Amino acid sequence: MAELTGAQILIECLKREEVDCIFGLPGGAILPTFDALYDSGLKFILVRHEQGASHMADGYARATGRVGVCLVTSGPGATNTVTGLATAFMDSVPLVCITGQVATHVIGSDAFQEADVIGITRPVTKHNFLVRDVKDLARIVREAFYIARTGRPGPVVIDFPVDVSRAKTEFEYPSEVKIRGYAPTPLADSKQIQKAAAAIMESKRPCLYVGGGAVGSGAQKEIMELVNKTGIPITTTVLGLGIFPEDHPSSLRMLGMHGTHYANYSVQGSDLLIAVGARFDDRVTGNIQKFAPHAKIIHIDIDPASISKTILVHIPIVGDIKPAVRELIKHVKDKRVQIKDWLKQIDEWKAKHPLKYDDSGPHIKQQYVIDKIGELTKHKAVVTTGVGQHQMWTAQWYQFSAPRSMITSGGLGTMGYGFPAAIGAQLGRPKEQVICIDGDGSFQMTMCELVTAAHYRIPVKIFIMDNAHHGMVRQWQELFYHRRYSASQLGPSNPNFIKVAEGCGVLGIEVNKKEEVIPAIKKALAHEGPVLVHCVVAKEDNVYPMVPSGHALDQVMDMA
Amino acid sequence: MKHTISVLVENQSGVLARISGLFSARGFNIDSLAVGETEDSTVSRMTIVSHGDNRVIDQIMKQLNKLVDVIQVTDLTQAEMIERELILIKIQATAANRADLMQIVNTFRAKVVDVTPKSLTIEVTGNQSKIDAMLELLRPFGIKEVARTGVIALARGLESKSKDKEKKGTAKKIVLTA
Ligand SMILES: Cc1ncc(C[n+]2csc(CCOP(=O)(O)OP(=O)(O)O)c2C)c(N)n1
Repeated sequence: MAELTGAQILIECLKREEVDCIFGLPGGAILPTFDALYDSGLKFILVRHEQGASHMADGYARATGRVGVCLVTSGPGATNTVTGLATAFMDSVPLVCITGQVATHVIGSDAFQEADVIGITRPVTKHNFLVRDVKDLARIVREAFYIARTGRPGPVVIDFPVDVSRAKTEFEYPSEVKIRGYAPTPLADSKQIQKAAAAIMESKRPCLYVGGGAVGSGAQKEIMELVNKTGIPITTTVLGLGIFPEDHPSSLRMLGMHGTHYANYSVQGSDLLIAVGARFDDRVTGNIQKFAPHAKIIHIDIDPASISKTILVHIPIVGDIKPAVRELIKHVKDKRVQIKDWLKQIDEWKAKHPLKYDDSGPHIKQQYVIDKIGELTKHKAVVTTGVGQHQMWTAQWYQFSAPRSMITSGGLGTMGYGFPAAIGAQLGRPKEQVICIDGDGSFQMTMCELVTAAHYRIPVKIFIMDNAHHGMVRQWQELFYHRRYSASQLGPSNPNFIKVAEGCGVLGIEVNKKEEVIPAIKKALAHEGPVLVHCVVAKEDNVYPMVPSGHALDQVMDMA
Repeated sequence: MKHTISVLVENQSGVLARISGLFSARGFNIDSLAVGETEDSTVSRMTIVSHGDNRVIDQIMKQLNKLVDVIQVTDLTQAEMIERELILIKIQATAANRADLMQIVNTFRAKVVDVTPKSLTIEVTGNQSKIDAMLELLRPFGIKEVARTGVIALARGLESKSKDKEKKGTAKKIVLTA
């Protein structure tokens, strides 16, 4: 058998993993790999900043369920991906990030563009590897992909020294993976499932609380069946949005800090909370001591460490969600009659406290724009967001109907995530409408990727909700810091977004008046290439409902 | 409560950093940590003594177990175990107090491993209570320096060994010998 270089082996491995798109940017220590990439036939997207590459790989992974891949150089190239790795780690997104590294014999000598990437990325990855010997390379790549996508998914870094990429060996892709310390998919214990079923059948005020884990497991059908069979109401986290259609009568929509009144009241009033692939994040639970005070808690999750981490769980079920819920369905029956008082109570909450906004002022409301984007895309687009008010309003107003259609940084709350994630999502799902709803602040963190979108003609539609502020920061300052707007104003210094777009080769559409909103959305959706729609929106609006930090989930602030 | 946790890990560089990084990132306590190769040269055993309520210890076990380089985690505390620590104690010694010192050394079956005109270095092994008791008795003499290895421990008998084998290849790596 002919010998291949490490670089060639890496490329072969990526082909075996059926990678169809790589995001990155070259540099000295990774040049042999880029040379091998040159005529490999693999699609490569050259970004303008490696943070963008990591978010694109993440958006690709969330949109498709497949492993996202990025390829960058050592030192600064690698450190630029750290925000993206941390974002993916917090939200359990499968990535493989290959970073160039200085030659093995100079590691530790502060060589040019050397960084301790293994050390830096250790706390923000599921696992990482330093390849010391080309003979280990194929096995490591195989293991990296396996670790990234199995169990609770997450990012994996492969640190790839330049001399290893030049060294030669025979290539053989391992047919199986054996890692003695890694057993990712425990089978749910059927006794626990029966216990859970019994608790469900006994409960008088049950409530389902579903998160991103259910999306990752592909459990939408099972969740739908469970709800339809039992009639139990269901709320989702921001990462769970889309796992269950929000126009379904059993949907309570999103819970948490900016969730609906009725979702939060239902959780607080429940006598049985069935958590599925969710992790009781503090933005969801509010004051943890006062969370769901009457409820027995069932928790289905693939990660045993998620169970009873912040809140004591009564019936833990460790395992892959899809088969666990499928099994659970067999043991439960219709509860609609038994819980009719509870359902009536919830309907009353729904009628009394719908999501609402005041549209009477002279300025365009973001909620209106997002609502219209939802309507005009039939609630079927893949939507990405930045972080802030526009993100929460997107969660509230788009009305999601399909899993993997809300792509947002939930755990880390990474501004600048939305636009590159949209590019990645569009490459993963080329035939679908991909929309980025962004804040003026968030967008500016990664807007250099306009060039990337233009160059590859990636037809994402960016809607910038320009409120001339770090809106969410301003909201907190208004409510909790006596309106002292410290460093939250962007207006005076914001660029001319239309000119920025045009300067990068992207169509810009300006929206200043409410009557321009619908035509602008239609024009953007119809345009073949990337579009930036600059929406000048109300400057000082607040996201409600809101459960202030540290309060119980049913202590909800709302507009008058 | 104090727990003695035995962790079998891949004998590779970087694993110690993963474990200590986990403890510091999550705010877990490490009272002591000792590492050494096992009967299998590809595996190291880390003995970690930590304290915390049940919830914290539960998280420590689960989080350790999540690390890819961790092969098995066992909480030895509840089980019958043998715990040992080795300590070296350098003491100010004069002709006048040497005899008293030697009496303590003999009572504890300790060993004198170095003698100079002004000092005595003692080696002692035992469980923590023995070592703490000895240190207490020696303190009045003037302890100059102390070096201790941290606790190492094994479960008693063959039972846990065979249990380990049973567990191998199964998804569950956490062994609670309770
Ligand atoms: C990288 C990063 N830096 C800082 C923050 C803190 N932060 C949260 S929301 C926000 C303001 C976001 O402003 P913008 O993107 O314009 O969105 P808006 O809230 O106005 O909709 C800031 C600064 C963050 N989440 N991420």
